[in-house]
This record gives sequence, structure tokens and C-alpha cells, in this order.
Amino acid sequence: MHVWNFAPVWANADLLALGLLNTLKVTGAALAFGIPLGLVLALMRLSPSRLLAWPAVAVIEVFRTTPPLVQLFWFFFALPILLKVEMTPYVAAVLTFSIQSAAFFAEVFRGGIVSVERGQWEAARALGMAPRQVMRRVVLPQAVKRMIPAFLERAIELMKTTTLVAIISYADLLFQTNEVAQKTFRPLEVFTVTALIYFFVIFAASTVVRGVERRLAVSGEGMAR
Amino acid sequence: MTTTPLLRVRALHKTFGDHAVLRGIDLDVMPRDRIAILGASGSGKSTLLRCLNFMELPSAGTVELGGQAIGRAAPGKADPDRRTYDQAELTRVRQRVGMVFQQFNLFPHMTALGNVMEGLRTVRGQRESEARARAQVELARVGLADKADAYPARLSGGQKQRVAIARALAMDPEVLLFDEPTSALDPELVGEVLRVIRALAEEGRTMLLVTHEIGFAYHVANRVVFLADGVIHEQGTPDEVLKHPTQPRTRAFVERHREFDF
Amino acid sequence: MAAAYRWNFAPVFENADVLWAGAIGTLRLFAICVVLGFGFGLVVGLGRHAKSRWIYLPATAFVEFFRNTPVLVQILWFYYALPILLPFEISPLTAAALGISLNSAAFSAEIFRGGIESIDRSQAEAARALGMTAAQAMRRVVLPQALRRMVPALTNRGIEIFKMTTLASAVAYVELLQQGKLLASLNFNPIETYTVIAIVFFLCLLPMVQATYALERRLGRADA
Repeated sequence: MHVWNFAPVWANADLLALGLLNTLKVTGAALAFGIPLGLVLALMRLSPSRLLAWPAVAVIEVFRTTPPLVQLFWFFFALPILLKVEMTPYVAAVLTFSIQSAAFFAEVFRGGIVSVERGQWEAARALGMAPRQVMRRVVLPQAVKRMIPAFLERAIELMKTTTLVAIISYADLLFQTNEVAQKTFRPLEVFTVTALIYFFVIFAASTVVRGVERRLAVSGEGMAR
Repeated sequence: MTTTPLLRVRALHKTFGDHAVLRGIDLDVMPRDRIAILGASGSGKSTLLRCLNFMELPSAGTVELGGQAIGRAAPGKADPDRRTYDQAELTRVRQRVGMVFQQFNLFPHMTALGNVMEGLRTVRGQRESEARARAQVELARVGLADKADAYPARLSGGQKQRVAIARALAMDPEVLLFDEPTSALDPELVGEVLRVIRALAEEGRTMLLVTHEIGFAYHVANRVVFLADGVIHEQGTPDEVLKHPTQPRTRAFVERHREFDF
Repeated sequence: MAAAYRWNFAPVFENADVLWAGAIGTLRLFAICVVLGFGFGLVVGLGRHAKSRWIYLPATAFVEFFRNTPVLVQILWFYYALPILLPFEISPLTAAALGISLNSAAFSAEIFRGGIESIDRSQAEAARALGMTAAQAMRRVVLPQALRRMVPALTNRGIEIFKMTTLASAVAYVELLQQGKLLASLNFNPIETYTVIAIVFFLCLLPMVQATYALERRLGRADA
């Protein structure tokens, strides 16, 4: 019968805290680059010009149809040799997850714009608005409100995906957990604590998202599910 | 002295894929005309209306607004009657022709007042205060002055449609197009919308009304057009078409609609 | 700059058998996780739909926990932490299968529940009005309609499961990426190796992804 002993875990709380901080750093950086890149990709994808649309489709499809870990390995191990540059785990992580999340955000953007019903386009055009005005005054405002829940969900997914950086030895929470487990010979307690930390952080974020969804639905501007 | 028709339709055809919906429509709309367009489902009523403000582009034929044909002739080898349409011109046409939709299509992220103001601000470029004043007048005209700050989600179907009418009126359209304005409404709410439309008719506004409300058409229209198989099967005054139709199909249509009268 | 690097895929193809062993491992893990994940997911999904608190609450706790923790953490917990509690070893396959299956069960439970609840109450009411029992109404009327709607989401989940199998390399399970790591370090050619691995995954998943798009379009239209 195993005797649970969390003392060594608390003793190394600072290492875990550093890990959590780094997790948030990588997630934040990937979001900061991923969202604008996602918008660019979405607009390219929606563009009538094939020169813009096809490359966007290629990037989106490749990054959605290959496993993130494979992407991470490629950016960390293969790219530096190809470009003859130094690569740190942090740079590889931010690079990979910026593009990967951008591919998913692009679909959220596109889905939001496309989901605004035709009747809205028609009513705005019937008033005599030019297409750009229709986008700016009628379609995008409605699209953005609908996209918010999907965005937040994608951001939470990203936080979960960034645990992969531990595999390339970036000192995120999971990596630190492993270090502490090896140091204290208490993998059960350490991994359990880490699982709970992730759970509480992500659960809190998910609850916020659900609150936002509910408020949007009540005001009649959310996406019908 | 003959007045120029406000709207003149010649040989209008509209085909979707290989399905010909409109097969040659000729129609003159004079100022102050109130034309009811009736017909069975699929007869092309809505398509005809939507061609008049170019929400659908005609496959062949011309539409003239105020004496000027819209679009440009661009005859091709396969299709000598082809016309091309320029987006900017169509946008201008729609500033002169107003449309009220079956599904209202109010902008949900704006209040009722905001909806009515939107055309004035964005299309006419009016200042906020001007647009607001005018919008309040129009909302009052349809009986919804007290709902100015309500969002569409909080309005009943009848109220939404009245706001939609106010939105179209704010643009001072030369012609109003009503595309089955009451078909999506609960029966109890139909009356409030029809009353507004009748008031507009009595003011002398030029309008075309696609509707299933035969009784309303009889009382409000000065001309009734019955569409069947993509052409005008019969047209005339409400008395002529609805009380004494000459064509058997028209007769059958009217009788079907009176089957459960009491 | 890239032109200066001379691509050489020969060593990769010469070791195709090594990669093939990995592919088999990937497929095996995938099959296990799909079956266990969807199977258990259906049970939990129905549990979430239940009226009794004794069923609903544990099901909800399960779903919330396994959806809100990263899969990799779950896999590592099963590999490093669980053996402390049990008198036997946990193999890489078992740890990976447990982590991915339970994670997928939690996500698919929500898909099943959402699908069932999306079928208008009026359908179940009409069935009951005809004299069917609740179970018959579920089996004959609600589930068939719900399943059609759930297929795109379930296919998406399947695609995610396939991608997740690469995480098993973290516990040295012999799947495709793990074999790639092996080859790359043996032949010092990470570029060619990982490019080939990426292409293989892309080619395997692309048909599934296209099928999902097609399904979404068809079901979107048929849903009247």
C-alpha cells in the first residue's frame, strides 16, 4: 500500500512555478503571432485571386493534417540544418505553434464570416451598400461576435498542445514535472499535482469561455449550436 | 400625355442552371402603381421581384429604371442578347429601389433606430444627428417610436417587419418591393404589417407586392398580375383578375384560395 | 540557402522496414484507442444524458477532468505514476492507450450527448405518442438521426486520435514518429526523415479530412 507524501513536491514548488510560467509564455507568444497570422490566412483563403488563395489553403491543410509533434520535430531538428541557423526549443516551439494555431484560427475566421446568413448580405446590398461597406458595417461585426467562443476554445487547445515542448526539453510545466519526479523519486505525487494544476488552470479558462458563450447567446448574437 | 414608366421590364428571362423560372416577362410600372404579383409557389414571383433590384441578374431581357436601361449590352456569339451588369451601377439602382424581405433581415447588432439609420449614414453619408432625426420620423410612421432602442431579438415578428419597412422608407425609394412580407409571420401579427403597407399605398407610393394575402391584394392593389409557368398569365384590375378571371388557371388559383373562406 | 543543402532520401527508403514497423504500431494504437475511446465515450455520453444524479455527476466529472488536462500529461501519468500504485508494470502501449482512449472518450462523450440532445424533443414525443417505450424511441427514432449528425464530429475526433498516436513516442512506444527519431539519429538526416514522416501522416490523414468536409456538406444539406 503506497503512502502518499506530497512534501517533496511542495519543496520543489518553485521549479513547478517556473514551468507554469514558461508554459504561459509559450502559449501567449504562439497566440500573439497565431491570431494575426490566422486572419491573414483566412482573408487570403477567401480572396478571389488564386495566387493568394492556394498558398493559404496549402499552409492550412498541411498544418491541420499533420501531427503537431511531427511539426515540432521538423522545426526543431530539420529546419536549423536547412537554414543553417541556431535553434532553441523556445524558438522552435513558438514558430511551430504560431503557424499551427494560425491554421486553425484561419478556419475559425473563415467560418465566422461565412456563417453570417445570406439575408444579411442581401438586406445590406438592397439598401445600396457597396460590398466593402457590407463587410465592415454588417458582416464582420456579426462574424466576430460569433467567433469569440471558438477563438477562446482554440486558445485553450493551444495551452494543452504546448505540453509537447517538454519533449524537446523546453522547461515548461511538464518538463519541470519530470525533472522534479526524477529528483524526488516521487513520480506519483508530482505528476498528480501537475495534472491537477493543468486541470484547474484549463478548467477555469473553459468556465470563462462558457460564460462568454452564454452571454452571447442571450443577447442573440451568438452562433446557434 | 403619357408619363414614362418608373420601371419597365421587357422580355425578362431568368434561368437557374437548366431550370427556366422566368420565360419572358413584360411589365410597366407607372408612378403610384400598387401592383400585386400573385401565383403558385415556383411560378417565379419572388424571382421577378428580385430581378427588379438585381438581387438576381436577369439571364436575358432588360429592366429600365426611370427610362434608363440598367446594364450594358454585351452581345456574344452564343448569346446575342447578353447584358453585363456593373456592381457600382447596381449599387446605385438599389439606392433608388427599396426592398422588404420575407425574413425581415434586420441587422441584429443594431437597435431598431440603428437599423433605420444605417442606410442614411453609410449609403447617403448623412451626419448622425440628421440620420437619427429622419429615422425617428420613419419609426413613428410605422408605429414603433417607443421601440427605437430595442434590439431586433426583443421584437415580435410584426414589429421586426415594420422596422424593416421603416428602414427601406428612410432611403426615399422611388419604388418599394415587398417580397412576401407577411409569409413568415404568426397570423395574429400579419394585420399590423398589412395596415402599414395599406397606409403607404394610400399615400400613393409606387410598390410591387408579392403576397399570398389575396384579400389584401384585392383591397390595396390597383393592378394584379398573375404569374404561371414563368410568364404573366393574366393581369388587370383586382376586380378583373380576382372576381372575374378569364383564364381557367387563374380561376382555379383564386378558387383554391377561397376554399376555406367562411 | 536551402539550395546549399543536398537532399538525400536514399537512407530513409533503405530503412523502410523500420518505418513500416512503426506504421504498424501506429495503426494498432489507433485502432485500440478508437474502439475504446468511442465505446466508452458512448457509455459516458448516455450517462451525461441520464436523469439520475448518481450517473450524471460521475460522468460529468470524468468528462471535465479528461477534457481539461493535456493528453501528454495523462499518458505520462499512466506511465510513471500509476505503476507506483499497482503491483505491476505498465507498458508504453498500455500507458499510451489508456491516456489517449480516456481522453477521446471524454471528447466523444460530449459529441454523443450533443447529438442526442440536438434531436428535437418533438421527435421523441412523437415516438412516445405512437406508443413506443423510451428505449424504443431512443433506438428507433432519436439515435439514428443523432448518429447522422455526429458523424462529422466523430470523424474529426478520429483524425485527432490518429495525430495523438505520435505522443506515444514520448514513452518510447514503437510507432511511426518513434521510428523516425531512431532513423534520424542513426543516419544524421533529420530533414529527410522527418519530412518523409510528415508526408506519410499527411497522405494518411488527407483522405479522412476530405471525407469529413464532404460529409459535413452532405449532411448539412440533408438536414431539413
